[in-house]
Amino acid sequence: MVKELVVIGGGPAGLAAALSARENGIEDILIIERDVQLGGILNQCIHNGFGLHTFKEELTGPEYAQRYIDLIHENNIDYVLNTIVTHISEDKVITLMSAKDGLYHISAKSIILAMGCRERPRGALNIPGKRPAGIYSAGTAQRLVNIEGRMIGKKVVILGSGDIGLIMARRMVLEGADVQLVAEIMPFSGGLTRNIVQCLDDYGIPLKLSHTVVDIQGDKRVESVTIAMVDKSLQPIPGTEKTYECDTLLLSCGLIPENELSHQLGISMNQVTTGAFVNESLETNVEGIFACGNVLHVHDLVDYVSEESKQAGQSASLYLKGLQNKEGKDIRIVTTDGVRYSVPSTLNVSRMQERQIIRFRVGRVYRDAYVSVYVDDTRIKHLRKRILTPGEMEQVLLRSDELHPFENIDQITIKIEEV
Amino acid sequence: MEERKITCIGCPIGCLLTVVIEKDEITVTGHTCRIGKEYGVKEVTHPCRIVTSTVKVNQGVEHVVSVKTESDIPKDKIFECIQELKDCVVEAPVSINDIILENVAGTHVNVIATKIIERKEDPHG
Ligand SMILES: Cc1cc2nc3c(=O)[nH]c(=O)nc-3n(C[C@H](O)[C@H](O)[C@H](O)COP(=O)(O)OP(=O)(O)OC[C@H]3O[C@@H](n4cnc5c(N)ncnc54)[C@H](O)[C@@H]3O)c2cc1C
Ligand code: SF4
Repeated sequence: MVKELVVIGGGPAGLAAALSARENGIEDILIIERDVQLGGILNQCIHNGFGLHTFKEELTGPEYAQRYIDLIHENNIDYVLNTIVTHISEDKVITLMSAKDGLYHISAKSIILAMGCRERPRGALNIPGKRPAGIYSAGTAQRLVNIEGRMIGKKVVILGSGDIGLIMARRMVLEGADVQLVAEIMPFSGGLTRNIVQCLDDYGIPLKLSHTVVDIQGDKRVESVTIAMVDKSLQPIPGTEKTYECDTLLLSCGLIPENELSHQLGISMNQVTTGAFVNESLETNVEGIFACGNVLHVHDLVDYVSEESKQAGQSASLYLKGLQNKEGKDIRIVTTDGVRYSVPSTLNVSRMQERQIIRFRVGRVYRDAYVSVYVDDTRIKHLRKRILTPGEMEQVLLRSDELHPFENIDQITIKIEEV
Repeated sequence: MEERKITCIGCPIGCLLTVVIEKDEITVTGHTCRIGKEYGVKEVTHPCRIVTSTVKVNQGVEHVVSVKTESDIPKDKIFECIQELKDCVVEAPVSINDIILENVAGTHVNVIATKIIERKEDPHG
């Protein structure tokens, strides 16, 4: 089978990318999803707060997903469910597997990678002590409670203040559990402030920053965990240990892009995001292969996932129609002084759209600082921000007319400047 | 005069609002949009939240359906709302916006479904 465009992953990223490719005139599209339904991780995010930017109303995760699924149906875009992509070759031959059709291949002219992310495995967390039952990653707990309708524990401690952990703290309280505390090893929260307010503060759940789990007790099931304060180098401080009785420990320790397929393909990867390096068109170093959504870098706002993915769909359609501008050079975007990475990581002025969004994250909390953009040595932007935190993705907008006056640009730099 | 610092939860930007309460007058500063201004006033007079949860489904392809209150309800009614939902069972199929429970906890607000749950195919025809 030959397809013009294959989108791997039917989460919000894949759906928005496929729709935008169709809007831009691509007829022959196939979305491949390994789950039993489209919508990706949104199906388990039953809380509200999605879509304020995209739909100007506050939706829950499943409602947001359904808006896009409806559009996929209205536009007659093909998709397969219960089908996993196991391999992609450099000449874009995709290997798929499903219980119904077994193993088969599809040859694509262009591919959009939208596989999302998964939770950091617990083994990587290095918590000493036994491994009794009752330890879940927050995302697994979210699925068990919200989709399978199971209650997983009565007395809960949460390690990690990422959004999923915060959301689950509230969810468990409402389900009748006693959530003792959320411990966060860093001196700042990994989640959005609004989630701390409406998930922890509303229910009087304490958030202990610079604290971590140092021991887990219990033979068959968790009986208690020991929490200690950490010093600047994140080492537990002896004498600060405190033991909390609980039957459940949730780990909310971050997400990593799901990039096994990209590695096999020889796509060059960014060490910071663990997603692909992409140019302003969201194209990877392998021609005709694009990436968007959480597989590229972890987003906290699905609206931005949809927006980014729309661009990937547009770029793929230009590529397929042979309209991709090959002129100009890829200018490196350098990130320093607190800016950890940027997406995209290169920018071609003759190819860029009128407005190009550069997304990035900072490495620590800044108050009243500036986000500055330099074209070589000239500062072209100096934007005051009341607060910048690692938990929230930031963005700057570059317009093509701001860059046109410059000739022979060597690099664009994004940095944080403090007053 | 009382001054309160509140984080707006209207959207993920989370503007830091300063609400000043003076006799009959409440002034909000620090908001970026109208939602924040209204939220600031409401939060110091009668705080409300949208509540989301799940409800059991009979004969569905999944065991539970996600639900939400159609609009926000007073904060002190949240647990009562959740309790009423625990006793609730619906029959598949369920569509988005189906009313699951009317006038939850006496708030005059309905609880509606936020997800489509199809009916399990009956193996016996
Ligand atoms: C456990 C978890 C919980 C989250 N909870 C929240 C939350 O509460 N609130 C919030 O704002 N954000 C949450 N997020 C962030 C959320 O992931 C993003 O907002 C958004 O859903 C990302 O969209 P996406 O399409 O990039 O990824 P996803 O939604 O993850 O979609 C990726 C899709 O690709 C499919 N896929 C992956 N690999 C393959 C393959 N090889 N073959 C076929 N299909 C494949 C997956 O099954 C999945 O459906 C959560 C993330 C995770 C991992
Ligand atoms: S004031 Fe407006 S922009 Fe600011 S957090 Fe509230 S809703 Fe968002």
